[in-house]
Amino acid sequence: MLVPISYYLVLSAILFSIGVAAFLIKRNIITIFMSIELMLNAVNLSFVAFAHHWHQVSGQIFVFFVMVVAAAEAAVGLAIIIAIFRTRNTLDVDKIDLMKL
Amino acid sequence: MEVSIWIFLLLSVLKVAVVTVILLTAVAYTVLLERKVVGRIQNRWGPSRVGPFGLLQPLADGIKLFLKEDLIPESVYRPLFILAPIIALSCALMSISMIPFGPDVHYKGVQLFQISDVNIGLLILLGITSVGVYGIALSGWSSNNKYSLLGALRASAQVISYELALGLSLVGVVLRSQSLRLRDIVDVQSTHGMASWNIFGGLQIIGFFVYLTAAYAETNRTPFDLPEAESELTAGYHTEYSSMKFAMFFMAEYANMITVGCVATLLFLGGWSSPFGHLLPDFGGPIVQAILPIFWFVAKVFFFLFLYIWVRGTLPRFRYDQLMSFGWKFLVPVAILNIIATSLWLAFRAS
Amino acid sequence: MHLVLFFIFGGLCVAGALNLLLQRHPINSALSLIVVMSSLAVLYLLLGAEFLAAAQVIVYSGAIMVLFTFVIMLLNAGREDRTHGSKAAYALGFPGAAILVSLLAYIFLSNSRELGSAELGAYIVSTGDLSNVLFRDLLLPFEVTSVLILVAILGAVALARKEEN
Repeated sequence: MLVPISYYLVLSAILFSIGVAAFLIKRNIITIFMSIELMLNAVNLSFVAFAHHWHQVSGQIFVFFVMVVAAAEAAVGLAIIIAIFRTRNTLDVDKIDLMKL
Repeated sequence: MEVSIWIFLLLSVLKVAVVTVILLTAVAYTVLLERKVVGRIQNRWGPSRVGPFGLLQPLADGIKLFLKEDLIPESVYRPLFILAPIIALSCALMSISMIPFGPDVHYKGVQLFQISDVNIGLLILLGITSVGVYGIALSGWSSNNKYSLLGALRASAQVISYELALGLSLVGVVLRSQSLRLRDIVDVQSTHGMASWNIFGGLQIIGFFVYLTAAYAETNRTPFDLPEAESELTAGYHTEYSSMKFAMFFMAEYANMITVGCVATLLFLGGWSSPFGHLLPDFGGPIVQAILPIFWFVAKVFFFLFLYIWVRGTLPRFRYDQLMSFGWKFLVPVAILNIIATSLWLAFRAS
Repeated sequence: MHLVLFFIFGGLCVAGALNLLLQRHPINSALSLIVVMSSLAVLYLLLGAEFLAAAQVIVYSGAIMVLFTFVIMLLNAGREDRTHGSKAAYALGFPGAAILVSLLAYIFLSNSRELGSAELGAYIVSTGDLSNVLFRDLLLPFEVTSVLILVAILGAVALARKEEN
């Protein structure tokens, strides 16, 4: 049984849009960060789908690099979140809008 | 080969059921073995009252745990409190599905001694163990108890740190066999008996010790049992758990021990291959010859379980900063050196 | 078989992502994201990317999300409140996302014929194929990512360290 590649791409589009919506709606900085990861994952899915379509390994290599960057980003981002929490004692992005403490 | 999908499904389900039953029985008797051996190390008898030599003790323990009251404290976060032991146990049981127990024997197109034969078996095994940490982390967080939370934080940091050393220690083995399929890894080691095992002939003895140490830390066993250090944290992440939920954590820990024993056997001690290679003449009938590989496999896994218990009876617990610096500053560099040495050796041998 | 598996795990992905959006407690969002990532790993397997499927589970579900839950536990993050900003975001976010998804879906589905379809097991990239490309053709980018990771480690340590007076 065959599954059209476009189904995978539509799924990736749905996940990406949910990620965008979550990024806009969520107020907790950790959840906002998680929605970025969701968007990255959605893009990865379309990379893998295209790699399957064109029979090219490079699509999968891209996903590999995205994973590496996502891991680095998670480490730095979470460190920033910990630093923010230490100085401001909140994770609500609406309350982290002043340059001065 | 045209095999009916229904026969395939039936046989697979049967296989899963048999393996699960054997695994859970093995878990129960590992607990008994541990109590017996630790007892002898501490100069006492260990359980000896239920049945001959205390052999029915696991049954009594099981009944006790089943019949106990299942307490759920008032202020826990209920969904995760219930979900956590399920995650822990299911990950522990799932990882056994990648393990081949014996040689490549097919019956009606179904692999007899392995639940699923996958190209990337080793990676999937690593993946499942890395997901298993959620059981511990969530149990500690949802219990709403400071001891549990501390235990869970310790456990997640410890598992993430040691996973690195664990993964790196396996690269040497993978380089030698050039495959991530567990069957291929065993096949490379089964030519000349003990001399071609990865630990001796593959020159992976350093990788073996790094793997074993990291695996002890991954399964939260002494000397790395900081997450449940009873003298500091009451019982660590499972302080608030009772009855079957506690038993699920307990079974998960011992099932993980058995998996680690199996993986160490497959990767370093040649799996089901005989230590004597072809020196030993074929004796007995075909039935003995069919059972012999399984015997070697079980004997090797038993050796690892015994080692686990021996270490537990012998070594004291690390301090937490010692644990972290040991993992990051000693095991990871040693594992990386091992990779470099192995690849140089393989390149030299190939040229 | 392929279609059934696609709908099961694709459905799990979408359900997990929606749950991430709707849950108010960060730990529930984190768990639903783990569900999304693990189901994506199965979809990668269906598309023949076996190494990536394992890497997805090990790296995303096993390392990155453990870090997230670790931070949530460490900071004891509680439920988030609805604020003034979130109302504006609701008004903007949902329609925007809906427009985005319908636009992309229209484009993809109208080009469905040219995109063809995926067959189970038709194109499997083994770990060897992947590493041949990665370590021969793309060796320099690979090495550069290691520098990136080193910088990230240093940055994370410098940021999360307590100020010493």
